Amino acid sequence: MAEIEIKGVGKTFGAFTALHSIDLTIKDQEFVVLLGASGCGKTTLLRIIAGLDSPSKGEVWIGGRRVDTLPPRERGISMVFQNYAVFPHLTVFENIAFGLRMQKLPQAEVTRRVTRTAELMHIEALLKRYSGQLSGGQRQRVAVARALAMEPDVILMDEPLSNLDALLRLEMRAELKGVLAASKTTTIYVTHDQVEAMSLADRIAVMHGGDIIQAERPVEVYRNPAARFVGSFIGNPPMNFLPATAAGEGRWQVAGLTFEGPRVAAPQIEFAIRPEDLHPADHGFEAEVRVVEPLGPHTLITASVAGVVMRAVLDSTLALATGDHITLSPVADRIRWFDLATQKAIA
Amino acid sequence: MSETTVRRAGNRVFIAAVVLACVWVLLPIYLLLINALSAPAEVTGFPKRFWPSFDLASIRFFLGFKGVTSALWNSVQVAVLTMVMAIGAGAPAGYALARFDFPGKQAFRFMVVMTRAFPLPLLALPLAVLFIRVGLDDTVIGLAFVHTTLALPFAVLITYSLFSGIPYELEEAALTLGCNRVQAFLKVVLPLAAPGIAASAVFAFVVSWNEVFASAVLTIEHRTLTAFLLQSLDVSPLPLKFAGGAALVLPALGFIFAVRKYLFAMWGIANR
Ligand SMILES: Nc1ncnc2c1ncn2[C@@H]1O[C@H](COP(=O)(O)OP(=O)(O)O)[C@@H](O)[C@H]1O
Ligand SMILES: [Mg+2]
Repeated sequence: MAEIEIKGVGKTFGAFTALHSIDLTIKDQEFVVLLGASGCGKTTLLRIIAGLDSPSKGEVWIGGRRVDTLPPRERGISMVFQNYAVFPHLTVFENIAFGLRMQKLPQAEVTRRVTRTAELMHIEALLKRYSGQLSGGQRQRVAVARALAMEPDVILMDEPLSNLDALLRLEMRAELKGVLAASKTTTIYVTHDQVEAMSLADRIAVMHGGDIIQAERPVEVYRNPAARFVGSFIGNPPMNFLPATAAGEGRWQVAGLTFEGPRVAAPQIEFAIRPEDLHPADHGFEAEVRVVEPLGPHTLITASVAGVVMRAVLDSTLALATGDHITLSPVADRIRWFDLATQKAIA
Repeated sequence: MSETTVRRAGNRVFIAAVVLACVWVLLPIYLLLINALSAPAEVTGFPKRFWPSFDLASIRFFLGFKGVTSALWNSVQVAVLTMVMAIGAGAPAGYALARFDFPGKQAFRFMVVMTRAFPLPLLALPLAVLFIRVGLDDTVIGLAFVHTTLALPFAVLITYSLFSGIPYELEEAALTLGCNRVQAFLKVVLPLAAPGIAASAVFAFVVSWNEVFASAVLTIEHRTLTAFLLQSLDVSPLPLKFAGGAALVLPALGFIFAVRKYLFAMWGIANR
């Protein structure tokens, strides 16, 4: 059992606050992805959980034990580093065996576990090589095998695929998901790639400026962003936003149309809709097409609605050209509303 | 003039400069070797032969000369002690500079280099007085202390660049795989740094081996080879000087050649 509890963790570097106050509970065997733009504090949080950095405040609990004052080796974790950190002076075999030898396991057990994890990661042919004789993808596999061989309660991964080329990344992503699900460890996985996050995670924790904005199932994060930032960060292209002016009784004026919306006192809020939830119709937003990008299954258009740039993902059979005028209607139950002051979703 | 002629002329100047530099360095060494490996009679003779006669009489005379073997032994002792102390103090300092941010880091780095800013002749007299007062004068260990201060900046700089070149992530990976800090250093950093540390040890050895001023001022009975040769320069015959010179230069040259890669690294020149 390795539930992870992060309670009010903050981290400052001198005058700079990298993490404000992080609260997150991760269930046993759950796969949580920390997702956020570069510099938002993902690595810092992961290193605090690993014990490579100490928090400025707050507590970290793993498997019911408070660990934030323990060294990494006493926390029951393994880590896969962004640059793999494969030891250059050891063979692949000895790299994978490194942690097992530190535990003073008998040779037979070491060989058994190294062989098994090497097979799992498809590197059994490389066991005699040194890291200088491996490609990036192979090093990546060694790093994962080395972490898995420890049979840890928790595996921490910091952008493990970011240094691989696109094709290899896709392949490794699917493989990692299978291997980690079978290993029954709790996983925290850091990435700035939303597609990676969506495809791997049981739960995505979206980070922004040293805070966790939302931590929910991928579809929930996508469909019901808790804050404007989440909507604008997740989804490619991201969510569209339009200003909404109060028209009384929970009705809102948006780009010349009137919508039923939340009953709040604010004179102005924001209307939001995903690009794939806009469809051509007789009645809707008057849009002037600026850019047409055929993507195969869909056509992505960039259009101007009441002076605001909006994107729509439309059927690729639609014949559209720059300068065309179309009418786009939002799917009613996919409309979301955001408060201008707090930037949070209005229920 | 066309561009190619300019370039060709530039090439010629470059080649000439390289040849000149090589002659400048190699000619004295060549003459030293010729004379050291010639019979004493040939040493004073002229013109020189291109190939030495490989007569070991000069060398034998040098080794049999009173005081030479004990001076040689002193040199070895002082150099080994210097090597041990310079690395013992320099490598940890280099590691700290490479790995940790601490208040006064810049000042510390500056001071390391500054120790070489004071000319030894300036320090020699006060040092001699101090050494006499504490009883370190004319001892191998006392001289080794002085040589250590000379070699230390290099030891710190070489090991600093060495440790900087080893990614910290490797150590952190070791920490997550069950090591404590000391084990991570011993199992990961040390094996990777060992050749470079050996090189910087050799360099410290050579610094001490070649040093003459402090040795001449601070020792009387326990002279090192350099100080001994300097002292007996005007009384010793020519073959002895040449043989002694060769005995000093050759080990130093050989050592430095062996570890050149790491010295280049220290100065920030790309390897090889
Ligand atoms: N050792 C450090 N000293 C000072 N600032 C740091 C240090 N480590 C990280 N930071 C800062 O903290 C912020 C978060 O860093 P990091 O956690 O590495 O971001 P991410 O992994 O999300 O890209 C960044 O602005 C970074 O500059
Ligand atoms: Mg990072």
